[in-house]
Amino acid sequence: MHVPDGFINAPVSVATGVVAAAAVAVSLRGARRELDERTAPLAGLVAAFIFAVQMLNFPVAAGTSGHLLGGALAAILVGPFTGVLCVSVVLLMQGILFADGGLTALGVNITVMAVVTTVVAYTVFRGLVKLLPRKRRSITVSAFVAAVLSVPAAAAAFTLVYAIGGTTDVPIGQVLTAMVGVHVLIGIGEAAITALTVGAVIAVRPDLVYGARGLTAPLKLRVGGELVDTPAAEPVPVAARSHRPVWLAGLAASLVLAGFVSFYASANPDGLEKVAADKGIDAKVEDHAAADSPLADYGVEGLTNSRISGGLAGVIGVGVTVVAGTGVFWAVRKRRTSETSPSQVGESV
Amino acid sequence: MTTSSVTPVTAPSLEVSGLAFAYPDGHQALFGVDFTVGRGERVALLGPNGAGKTTLVLHLNGILTGGAGTVTVAGLPVGRKHMAEIRRKVGIVFQDPDDQLFMPSVREDVAFGPAAAGLKGPELEARVRTALERVGMEAFADRPPHHLSFGQRRRVAVATVLAMEPEILVLDEPSSNLDPASRRELADILRSLDVTVLMVTHDLPYALELCPRALILSDGVIAADGRTGELLSDDGLMREHRLELPFGFDPRSVTMGA
Amino acid sequence: MGAGHAHRLYRHGHSPVHALPPHTKLAAVFAFVLVVVSTPREAMWAFGLYALLLATVAYAARVPAGFLLKRLLIEVPFVAFAVLMPFVAQGERVDVLGLSLSVNGLWGAWNVLAKGTLGVAASVLLASTTELRELLLGLQRLKLPPLLVQIASFMIRYGDVIADEMRRMKIARESRGFEARGVRSWGVLAKSAGALFIRSYERGERVHLAMVSRGYAGSMPVIDEVTASRAQWSYALALPSAALVVCLLGWTL
Repeated sequence: MHVPDGFINAPVSVATGVVAAAAVAVSLRGARRELDERTAPLAGLVAAFIFAVQMLNFPVAAGTSGHLLGGALAAILVGPFTGVLCVSVVLLMQGILFADGGLTALGVNITVMAVVTTVVAYTVFRGLVKLLPRKRRSITVSAFVAAVLSVPAAAAAFTLVYAIGGTTDVPIGQVLTAMVGVHVLIGIGEAAITALTVGAVIAVRPDLVYGARGLTAPLKLRVGGELVDTPAAEPVPVAARSHRPVWLAGLAASLVLAGFVSFYASANPDGLEKVAADKGIDAKVEDHAAADSPLADYGVEGLTNSRISGGLAGVIGVGVTVVAGTGVFWAVRKRRTSETSPSQVGESV
Repeated sequence: MTTSSVTPVTAPSLEVSGLAFAYPDGHQALFGVDFTVGRGERVALLGPNGAGKTTLVLHLNGILTGGAGTVTVAGLPVGRKHMAEIRRKVGIVFQDPDDQLFMPSVREDVAFGPAAAGLKGPELEARVRTALERVGMEAFADRPPHHLSFGQRRRVAVATVLAMEPEILVLDEPSSNLDPASRRELADILRSLDVTVLMVTHDLPYALELCPRALILSDGVIAADGRTGELLSDDGLMREHRLELPFGFDPRSVTMGA
Repeated sequence: MGAGHAHRLYRHGHSPVHALPPHTKLAAVFAFVLVVVSTPREAMWAFGLYALLLATVAYAARVPAGFLLKRLLIEVPFVAFAVLMPFVAQGERVDVLGLSLSVNGLWGAWNVLAKGTLGVAASVLLASTTELRELLLGLQRLKLPPLLVQIASFMIRYGDVIADEMRRMKIARESRGFEARGVRSWGVLAKSAGALFIRSYERGERVHLAMVSRGYAGSMPVIDEVTASRAQWSYALALPSAALVVCLLGWTL
């Protein structure tokens, strides 16, 4: 999964680096608000957990085995902000300490594996948890669906980056089909493990599952007193009890994405827009099966002709994504802060 | 109730009075704890599992607050106002040294507390060196903590707290998981220190060896306070509070130097 | 992908490369890789020169060639991808040994392999000559957000502790006759993963208590700071500067 150097051209590598940096900056603020001064030790330990759990082998068949990628799991267990941070730190350390993933590709790797995976997984998870009946099984099911979608979404996001800044003119339609196809399979494995793991945590310490905070309140009596918790930490901000903030954030995200896609299409009128559009929708939560056929015969002649213009378009496109992404996070954040302090709810909702 | 002849020392290091505390889930752990530890004393806090020992320890430096009663450290009440000062004065050595040693190298770990209090440069270096020398670990300063043996990690954990020059050293199960040699080495170190010690332990022989005085915390109150040897020899008291001596150990036959 | 995370790359030594301040090395490697990635793929000789530059550094750092080459295996999954490129890429085609290959794809495969390999080699050189702790100090010095450096440093401190816990759980499972085979054992493995998460999180809470007990109030005290002299900077930046010259030649020639 870790993209090496040379896969994505320099301008787009730099631009994704900017996206990644922005996302990490937003997550730092978000995580600090959720965990305050506990951020460093808790996020550090969760990062160490993800690092370790990636070494846990799950046998598949005939001697082959897979392992967890952990993005969806992190998002559900510790929330999107801390999740992005943990996975980003894991990727950073893998790149620097183990030469796993190129240094110039760090932006791509963080954007795709930390940000897209975590945000998609968390959005899907919260959405489903709201819709499904309030049962423990719903949480497991939601975790499964969230993880199963997050992996091909990351693959699609990678293909999008590749379409903008890939160094070889491989037919993007085929790349998308292949990437998404393979990653749906990987995603099923990931989803099974994620759902089982979330289930295991929720059976013992439901209070630790960030994504299920609002739901576990009625179940909480079963937990009993956990001795090391300061009373100050007790009034846990119950995330998004009403459906509205989540759906508003989702709507904002789709609008912004649609805006990005159309902007990109008009800026680069060479037939890529359809690919980008379809993928833009993919990057959200829709079904991937529909994305296959209409794309198959699309080439990237536009990019072949002038690499520079491609790079330029990429930079512009990614610039827009930065603005868009910041906007989404800002919107989500605003919602959340207004929820945590009940006194403000009246004014801002 | 055994309250006997321990002469109270002037200017106590620690004064706990009427301390009661319930966790937010309603579980009450402390029901009015009263005791005083004089300056330079070494006191053992004994008690069965679930007696509230850990809860009590977390009150001593203000990590848990909000119940009834007061804790005073060297005349300073534990509260939001003096928190930094209190945390410098009360040095807690936690049970698992891996929790305590969170920095990448021994030296930085020992420096953490004093540096957080604002110490810098050569002064900080000197403080770190002294603390490591007191536990005999100065040769390991640049090693990462996870490359040390368990006993060495426990000693470094003690040094991290000593570096803050605390008024009172609070040890949570200091002898757990130590082999007999490390256990003795730690005892030698603790004896050599010139600070007030409150030692929370299940290891009754260790308490007898190191602490002239002991407290028994049971069901959230101090059930007994007296000379360690006398408490351990009181079979009825011991049985009542689920305290058991190791097989073949007779506190009456042990002669203590300290 | 999954393999090799547990390997420590650091090799103890006293070479001039080891002695350089970590942030200069980080900056140099990063700049070098960026230059390599920006080089036009048609300038094949340039990549040869880059490899020569890295070989010089490896020689100065006394990192044996075998060690470096073994580590390049991390790339294998992407080599597979690169091998596919000449078959699937578009455009003009040539016949090689009876196979119809895309010229563009061949260039693409070369591009990814050359740049990827140089990138991994540069990172391996960095990791094998710089201690973990130094790397963190270097990142801190390069103005990475302090909170991020703290998270990374906790991750490194407790990575082994948690991996050990995982190993002990595995031994405990196997001692009780459990054998991980096939998908049916996933439930048990996932329960272990869940338990590992709970232990990690609770340890995080305990570590926080230990920190607070020693006066932590949200920011780490700066205990060590790394500094570099002008000479050290110019020494470290010799690598990317030389590479930049090569790169510019590659664009103009």
